[in-house]
Amino acid sequence: MSVSQSDVKYIAGLAKLKFEDSEIDSLTEQLNSILFYIDKLNQLDTSDVEPLSYPVEIELNMRDDILKASVSRKEALSNAPDSNDEYFKVPKVIG
Amino acid sequence: MLPYKSHNEKITLLKNGSLDLVENVKYFLSEIEKRKSLNCFLEIFSDDVIQNAEIISEKIKTGKAGKLAGMVIAVKDLLSIKGKRMTCGSKFLENFYPIYTATCVQRLLNEDAIIIGKTNLDEFAMGSSNENSAYGIVRNPVNEAYVPGGSSGGSAAAVAAFQCDVAIGTDTGGSIRQPAAFCGVYGLKPTYGRVSRYGLTSFASSFDTIGAFARTTYDVAALMEVISGYDEMDSTSVKYDVDNYSEDIKSFKKFRIGVTSSLIHEAYSPEIKSKWIATIEKLKLLGHEIVYIDLPHSEYSIAAYYILTTAEASSNLARFDGARYAKRSNESKDLSEMYINSRSEGFGAEVKRRIMLGTYVLSSGYYDAYYLKAQKVRRIIKNDFDKCFKQVDAIIIPTTPTPPFKIGEKTENPLEMYLSDIFTTTANLAGIPGISIPVGHSENGLPIGIQLLADQFNESTLLQLSRQLEMYNYL
Repeated sequence: MSVSQSDVKYIAGLAKLKFEDSEIDSLTEQLNSILFYIDKLNQLDTSDVEPLSYPVEIELNMRDDILKASVSRKEALSNAPDSNDEYFKVPKVIG
Repeated sequence: MLPYKSHNEKITLLKNGSLDLVENVKYFLSEIEKRKSLNCFLEIFSDDVIQNAEIISEKIKTGKAGKLAGMVIAVKDLLSIKGKRMTCGSKFLENFYPIYTATCVQRLLNEDAIIIGKTNLDEFAMGSSNENSAYGIVRNPVNEAYVPGGSSGGSAAAVAAFQCDVAIGTDTGGSIRQPAAFCGVYGLKPTYGRVSRYGLTSFASSFDTIGAFARTTYDVAALMEVISGYDEMDSTSVKYDVDNYSEDIKSFKKFRIGVTSSLIHEAYSPEIKSKWIATIEKLKLLGHEIVYIDLPHSEYSIAAYYILTTAEASSNLARFDGARYAKRSNESKDLSEMYINSRSEGFGAEVKRRIMLGTYVLSSGYYDAYYLKAQKVRRIIKNDFDKCFKQVDAIIIPTTPTPPFKIGEKTENPLEMYLSDIFTTTANLAGIPGISIPVGHSENGLPIGIQLLADQFNESTLLQLSRQLEMYNYL
């Protein structure tokens, strides 16, 4: 499979990224060379194979559901680019 | 010059008073200063380390010090330390101060280790040469025209250049083993889930592991023993007991070692091939049994690896939106623009490329063809290893297809860079541990590493074999 420049622009939109037109050119070329290489997986018949999502297949360790203190509001806001004493501030969401 | 090789010797010298910890720490600081051009460190805790050295010296005198007392450790800047800037090698995080400390770092501190600073890396650990850091490339200490490997290039180079005792790195597809090989030090990537990932900035969550760089096997063992083990803050960390690695390595147990011709044609450098064969011969002389095995699907590892890790990365890096932390672009009229501008200004080219590939393989209509297919191939590759480890205790393969390459040599061609991970990604796909062992130099005097792989949770086997090969070199 391969991607066109308009595919790449569409994917950029999904990924919330923007590129200059010249970047789109080289990105399309690079992605296509990677996708061409990746196509070799189709040489393998995987029809009877279960997908593997985590390599160590044991049950996940769950914590007991006990209420305890976590991050304070002050700490949570300490790296915010913009905030007041209580909230993260962002540009207007609804026009 | 350091008057000790590994931490057991250092502790003895510290206890009998013939080594002063404050002077020792100052020595490392001066080595960092002397070779600033290597660019190993993004942050140096100059004041803290002197103060901590004084406190720990007192503890040693009163016999209250922990197992790693006075061990001077550099930490890859992908792991958080409360209140210390963490950049992940990205411009996006140039002013980010974590509010908690990674579990593995806390465990080092609990044993009275001294953290000397944070090391340089490829941005968000994406790279094989340390040329993708927003804070400049790292140079190979053996020859500064060459790359140190990546993504934990700063950690590997700092250990090789005697800028610390040992270092912590992370390995998602070879990011500990490859730079260890390129810099001529030991580098261990543990089993997936062996070390808690709490406080590690996620790249590909089902691949990421935390491990160690050192100049001796003993130091790798001592470090791994402390950072391994279950942590309730990481649900994928495993409850199995941690072996006593530093004791285990004293044994001269004989193992069955698998040799495979699969992939070996990928070692296009004859120098790598000859070191690989020489190491197999050494293992034979040490009394180990060599068994021929097959890993028939290894050639598919890079393709499966880049689909799965970019998919996971695109999802993990969605959290960098400029809203709650990280650098926000100032020029945005609305929320959507804020996301797009912040991400486009914050991420570097390689990170964007991987987010794009990952978004594509997960997008509607392509999920089955790419992501699901790759997960199935991941199972096939793991099954190959499961089968092999019924016959052998360890497998020996090269760490890298070539000796270190020159700075700038592969930056123009991402696929070629990806292919340099051919021998390392399989371990992350299968979740098994691997160690890179320094075995000598190329004709140009550049380090070469050979890799041993073992079944899940058999780090002890790798460390025992590594120690035996290390001893052999002293014979």
